[in-house]
Amino acid sequence: MNHDIFEKNSLILLIGILIVVSIGGLVQIAPLFWVDSTIEQVRGMRPYTPLEQAGRDIYVREGCYNCHSQMIRTLRDEVERYGHYSLAAESMYDHPFQWGSKRTGPDLARVGGKYSDQWHADHLTDPRSLVRESIMPGYPWLAAAPLRTDDIKPKLQTLRLVGVPYTDAMIESAERDLKAQINPESRAARELLTRYPKAKIVLFEQRATKEPSEMDALVAYLQILGQMVDFATFDASGPNLR
Amino acid sequence: MSDRRDIDQVTGAETTGHVWDDDIKELNKPLPRWWLLTFYACILWAVGYWIAYPAWPTLTGYTKGTLGYSQRQVVAREVAAASEAQGGLRAQIASLPLADILKNPDLSRFADAAGRAAFAENCAPCHGRGAQGASGYPNLRDDDWLWGGKPEDILQTLRYGIRSEHKQTRVSQMPRFGLDNLLDDKQIFDVAEYVLSISGGTIAKDAAARGALIFKEQCAVCHGDDGKGKLEQGAPNLTDQIWLYGNTIDAIVTSIRTGRGGVMPAWEGRLDPVTLKALAVYVHSLGGGQ
Repeated sequence: MNHDIFEKNSLILLIGILIVVSIGGLVQIAPLFWVDSTIEQVRGMRPYTPLEQAGRDIYVREGCYNCHSQMIRTLRDEVERYGHYSLAAESMYDHPFQWGSKRTGPDLARVGGKYSDQWHADHLTDPRSLVRESIMPGYPWLAAAPLRTDDIKPKLQTLRLVGVPYTDAMIESAERDLKAQINPESRAARELLTRYPKAKIVLFEQRATKEPSEMDALVAYLQILGQMVDFATFDASGPNLR
Repeated sequence: MSDRRDIDQVTGAETTGHVWDDDIKELNKPLPRWWLLTFYACILWAVGYWIAYPAWPTLTGYTKGTLGYSQRQVVAREVAAASEAQGGLRAQIASLPLADILKNPDLSRFADAAGRAAFAENCAPCHGRGAQGASGYPNLRDDDWLWGGKPEDILQTLRYGIRSEHKQTRVSQMPRFGLDNLLDDKQIFDVAEYVLSISGGTIAKDAAARGALIFKEQCAVCHGDDGKGKLEQGAPNLTDQIWLYGNTIDAIVTSIRTGRGGVMPAWEGRLDPVTLKALAVYVHSLGGGQ
């Protein structure tokens, strides 16, 4: 076997490496773009509301993912503790996804609706006031920090660039929708619900002003986690068999 | 590369045949045979794996494998098998009313254990590891109940929640006497003093006397003329020493001003019916069940 030519010409070696690695990439990655079974058939997934998306950004900013995963694995103990195993489709609009494998705290993939908004606000402010044995740090500044709202429109536009199906109407009304999600009786809140079904209006006591705080955003995000897919219509057989 | 075998004088081992700088050679030390055989065996194993398990992408899908393995079916089978292993106790709990479960020692012991586990995961974050509660989250160990402490009452609260999003939720809303300007600050203070007085805590007798009149008009509808509360409204008994938000004058004034009402999520749909019943049995057993 003569490989002198590769050993003596670095450029040819480089091209050779490129060809070999490309074959591996083509076999592993390319089919994901045409194989139908890559994307599960589920009902209920929608893009995050502007407030939820802002909350997600705070979740990432504060490094919640360092201790909390968002992925219930197909194991009996996880399913019995946290609920239905996570589906890939449930993080289809996450950029980036928050799966993770390190759990210092519990998995949060289905934390939505599990506790009240008030609980989340109390618990994020001072975890040990509710859970004595908790080692989670407190985030007392969130309730006092006004949420930045002027950048929500470009944020949604950027997400649309990477494939999240925000409509023109959603992007146009992003800032109004964001503020509507903390005002239960407003007309804007009803409009929000037509655009984003199942959106939860955030309610807790500590709110100082009528403007949304970072706490509002984070609670809105936590309360929708794992809540979008309609599991009554989900069938784990046929094309969804894994 | 040379075809002739070149043996190194010092070690007696074969060299690669390549010479650098006139006299530097590299020993040719092949991988041990056992390692190579293991390596080839792994490759063979991989081929078998491709055949047996889902592996390769194809133009329309992927190769499913001859074993028909599916993670999702495996976990469904494991959950079913675990339930099966509980010897029909779950089925009995599902079909019998709570009163019969409590009478049957085997069933109630099983329900108590299942309820304890479910409580630790789902309820403890609000009500505490030992169900002792916290400010704003009721203690479940005492015999003071907002919405009733009979097993069926507890089950209903568990299933539908309190001020939850469920259609059948238990719901009541205390008016926001301060925020909605139903009472002025002085009146609120008077009522708070009266509320303290009926549980034996006030010293401002004049204010309490004024507050009594306001209480009769504004509060007695839900909390009762005697302040002992009404279970069907979730209106707490104000005459005992059990306080959800604390027995300071400030805490009571805040409650009257803002009309506090806690939220408990509905658990129907999230937890299965057997677990809900087990939780009702466990919570009922904690100490203060009626």
